[in-house]
Amino acid sequence: MTLAAVAGPGLRAGEAHAALRGVTRIFPPADRRQAPVHALGPVDLDLAHGEFLAVVGPSGCGKSTLLEILAGLSAPTGGTVTFEGAAVQGSPPDGVGVVFQEDASFPWLTVWDNVAFGLRRAGVDAAETARRVDHALGFMGLTGFARAYPAQLSGGMRQRVCIARTLVLEPRLILLDEPFGALDQQTRLLMGDELLRLWRDTGATILLITHALDEAAMLSDRIGVMSARPGRFIDMVATGWPRERDSTIVADAAFGEVTARLWSSLRAESLKALGGER
Amino acid sequence: MTGAPAWQRYGDSVALLAGLVLLWWLLALWAGEEALTGPAETLARARELAGSRRFHAHVAESLAALGYALLLAALGGLALGTWLGVRPLAGQVAEPILVALYALPKITLYPVILLIFGLGLPAKVAFGAIHGVIPVTIFTLNAVRTIRPVYLKVARTLRLTPWQAFRTVWLPAALPEIVSGQRVGFALTLLGVLIGEMFASQRGIGFVIINAIGLNDVPTIMAAAFLLAVFAATVSAILLKIDRALHRRTARA
Repeated sequence: MTLAAVAGPGLRAGEAHAALRGVTRIFPPADRRQAPVHALGPVDLDLAHGEFLAVVGPSGCGKSTLLEILAGLSAPTGGTVTFEGAAVQGSPPDGVGVVFQEDASFPWLTVWDNVAFGLRRAGVDAAETARRVDHALGFMGLTGFARAYPAQLSGGMRQRVCIARTLVLEPRLILLDEPFGALDQQTRLLMGDELLRLWRDTGATILLITHALDEAAMLSDRIGVMSARPGRFIDMVATGWPRERDSTIVADAAFGEVTARLWSSLRAESLKALGGER
Repeated sequence: MTGAPAWQRYGDSVALLAGLVLLWWLLALWAGEEALTGPAETLARARELAGSRRFHAHVAESLAALGYALLLAALGGLALGTWLGVRPLAGQVAEPILVALYALPKITLYPVILLIFGLGLPAKVAFGAIHGVIPVTIFTLNAVRTIRPVYLKVARTLRLTPWQAFRTVWLPAALPEIVSGQRVGFALTLLGVLIGEMFASQRGIGFVIINAIGLNDVPTIMAAAFLLAVFAATVSAILLKIDRALHRRTARA
């Protein structure tokens, strides 16, 4: 690992921020004639405090399942999940923020109300809510659209609304499930820069699920490569990038080496996944 | 769309309305006065009715019956539909039953309702409500069932309480479809109340119409039908406007 673990208050130095131990997920069959689907694992993973970790893998390898288990949205079939020393058991713990692949902005609320949504439900007072929402909107370049409804925005802007909605709650662990999947390449690079800035400013731990190797290589401290289903980690690549970095790193020679290593680990698995789907 | 001038936006509606009046006038000419009253005579009789104290009592009776029936249909359907929507198994069992009941000509149940509730307001209310409650339930059930799962995941990750999740995510997400259901529910509840008033009743607009049929008083039949059409169209248009506004906001580019 290239990054020293940052100990939070009340946490022992060196202890992982979040950890998966022997986690598996087996989906029961839809009817009796079918076999259960072994989607994931067993998987072991330690997320260090303040680390930016990406997970790449062929389609259908259980990446999103991994994220849902870590978020407490679904329970693992076997194994344990811990976040800040406490077990996560099928309900989302406090301090974890999730951004989903699909557009999850609420169409019945304005951009401003979307971003304020979690704060209001958590009972944060109006002045503090306004301060945090305005700051998040500024950060995400949405200030001019505070009174707009999501239907009036582009897909990329709606995803930024979702990121801002998660961000204002100041989560200590941010889980992102292919958040830029629907965006064009240039927008993805710029959104990546914003994500890196956010990561540096907040000191949060980030887990990013992605299918884009260049995105993983550009953003992360470490990249976990998953096998075809059932998903397991077959490689863990440390990039060694400095904490101060942005999308211009794609021009670096080392960037090519990282993506090449990712692809050599992933190529056989992607072919397997493709064959399995036919 | 919004930039279009008023005459263009309403032009089609006005043309349609003018066409209908023309058709009505021609039909009246062709069928003769004893079968169909023309627009001018109908309007004159409608004005006369609207000024009469006796007619006001009938209107009040119908509005009361409609009001209670709507309240029962709207709230009952909303509660039942929501409950069936959040319980997948109950919803799956109930949906074909509801669809079958929807298709059933409910007039066949009217004798039973009269036996249960007796003659008078309660029977009309019950008959109107059973017309409206089923579409409201079916629409609400589908509205709740088709809420995008990602909204519910967001509600869970934001650690909302069940009541918060219902009030701030489920309800607004389902609202456009719920309003559509209320719109259909209104039209059918009105129909149910009027049919209820036509038989075994001495009061209400439905009675006015059936009484006029007995007396072969064509102008009164036409005038009552005309006033009802104006009322129903106005309420429907308002609900449709709300409905469209809600759906437009939810629509995604």
